[in-house]
Amino acid sequence: MATSHADRDPALKRTRGWLDRIGDPALKAITFSAAALAVSILGLIAFELARGSRLAFHHFGLGFVTSQTWDTIHNQFGALSLIAGTAVTAVLATLIATPLAVAIALFLTELAPKPVRALLGALVEMLAAIPSVILGLWGILILGPFVENQLEPFLGSTLGFLPFFRGQHSPTGILTAVLVLTIMIVPIVASVTRELFTTVPPELREGALALGATRWEMVRGVLLPAARPGILAAVALGFGRAAGEAMAVLMVIGGTIGIHLSLFSHSDTLAARIAGQYQGASTNLQISSLVYLATILLVISLAVNVGAQLLIKPIDRRPRRRRIALDRALEVQGLSAD
Amino acid sequence: MSEPAFSLKATGRLRRRQLVNKGMGALAIGAALLAVAVLAIVVISVASRGAGSLNLAFFTQNQAQGFNPKGGGVLFAIVGSAVLVGIATLIALPLGVLIAIYISELAPPRFARVARMALDISNGIPTIVIGIFVFTMLVAAHGQSAFAGSIGLAIIMLPLIARATEEVLLLVPSSQREASLALGVSRWRTTVQVVIPSALGGILTGTTLAIARAAGETAPLLFLTSLGASGNADANPFHPLQSLTLVIFTYSDLDPAYQSKAWAAAFTLMCFVLFTSLAAKLALARYRKKLGG
Repeated sequence: MATSHADRDPALKRTRGWLDRIGDPALKAITFSAAALAVSILGLIAFELARGSRLAFHHFGLGFVTSQTWDTIHNQFGALSLIAGTAVTAVLATLIATPLAVAIALFLTELAPKPVRALLGALVEMLAAIPSVILGLWGILILGPFVENQLEPFLGSTLGFLPFFRGQHSPTGILTAVLVLTIMIVPIVASVTRELFTTVPPELREGALALGATRWEMVRGVLLPAARPGILAAVALGFGRAAGEAMAVLMVIGGTIGIHLSLFSHSDTLAARIAGQYQGASTNLQISSLVYLATILLVISLAVNVGAQLLIKPIDRRPRRRRIALDRALEVQGLSAD
Repeated sequence: MSEPAFSLKATGRLRRRQLVNKGMGALAIGAALLAVAVLAIVVISVASRGAGSLNLAFFTQNQAQGFNPKGGGVLFAIVGSAVLVGIATLIALPLGVLIAIYISELAPPRFARVARMALDISNGIPTIVIGIFVFTMLVAAHGQSAFAGSIGLAIIMLPLIARATEEVLLLVPSSQREASLALGVSRWRTTVQVVIPSALGGILTGTTLAIARAAGETAPLLFLTSLGASGNADANPFHPLQSLTLVIFTYSDLDPAYQSKAWAAAFTLMCFVLFTSLAAKLALARYRKKLGG
């Protein structure tokens, strides 16, 4: 340390190797530059995307965001229908996934017998580890035909009076994309929520049960309120994943421009459109427009992630053990591919 | 024998509360069963379609010449995946560990918080955006290469490795550090010779999880290393190389014989990802218990 004997006593100092004399500042400098690199990479990404989208920005300005065209022949590009497609698929997937995920977490922490807990918890996390391109392959070749031949006819005949469930049945489209995205984000939200529930102090739940609350009343009155900010953060992260997913969506959504009410229709999202153009981008303007799309996607994901961080922040002040439990839970979200 | 005057059976409000309780419990069980059923359906359909198309040629041969869906294998993609993920790990592992050391051992709390937040935010950036970033930075000027793909994957792995390492560094008991410092050992020696060895198991399992994640990535590779990649095994990182994930994606669109190859590749990749991440998780749980996390 700074004022050890070795520093004060010249005789002792000579017994220290040169490595020990430069070691501390060197370690500090090297590790600091690595950390600075990690921080600056965010800025570098923003800078590069802004630079790459400059050409498209000059051409289309902010009107890019409100224009629906994507015409490679006439070099006219706009993002509106892609933004709409991203919003619809991600919001619907999040809406379906959240109650499912919370229910799974409740089952895993409150109802399941001990051995089932560990096994099922591991299974749910396995679902999160399946690469998205495999889910895409499964979605197009197995889920797709099921959606076309069973699910869409069923929805059409029972809920067909709504404009959302009309039109041509197809293996690809918004509905298939929403289902694949739901499968992707349920395990993410479920495992974070489960960790949150386990960090609620047992005194609280025991108190509620001792006062005569049923298990469900304890969950509603104690567990859910205590975990609410964390669950919201988990849901935000799940939404971010769904909005940023490229491969699985690209393979099942159909890839057409235009805004439709029906969930049976084809559509496209920001991430899927970028990924789908990897071979076809020929003009500089088209490439720049793709980078523009990536910039919009980056802004969305930054907003969602910073929002989630702010939600978690109050939890950060809690004792270290609980913070670690939460960190551990959040690192699971890094597991799902793409 | 007369009936008792009152019964212990709940009536009225209490009965309703108990019914609601039971109903909610049933819903939770249903949701958990649904999740397991979906996992089972995905895994079983990939396994049943993939295992049927697996044979020795699939692992040992390269893409057949011309349009020949029946022949050939995906050796080139397996080699490509190994090169891509290998180089990415070589970049991300040392950087991630250094970052974690700084955040957990050396940094002032405020900067540590900023760095931690930056890592979490970059973990949330869509991988296709990272692909486009590396594209505009490197590929637009120098063309596609496996090396560019590896840089994209390394950016994805970096926050995972750094955060996992930071977590295990926090678990190393401070008594170990204090004992070492009290013996007059300098800070860097304490870090390198006491703290890191004690955290090594956790660092390796965290890295394994990041490798499993990177091996399953497709989106960032599309713009970095997909075009003009040959169907022959090639380990030169300055050529564009195919990966297993890219093969699954491109074959999924072709005729059924290619699709069955896509299933086989998906099965291979799924086994790799599930086994490595499961093993890493088990090791990590054991390791945490050892350190008393």
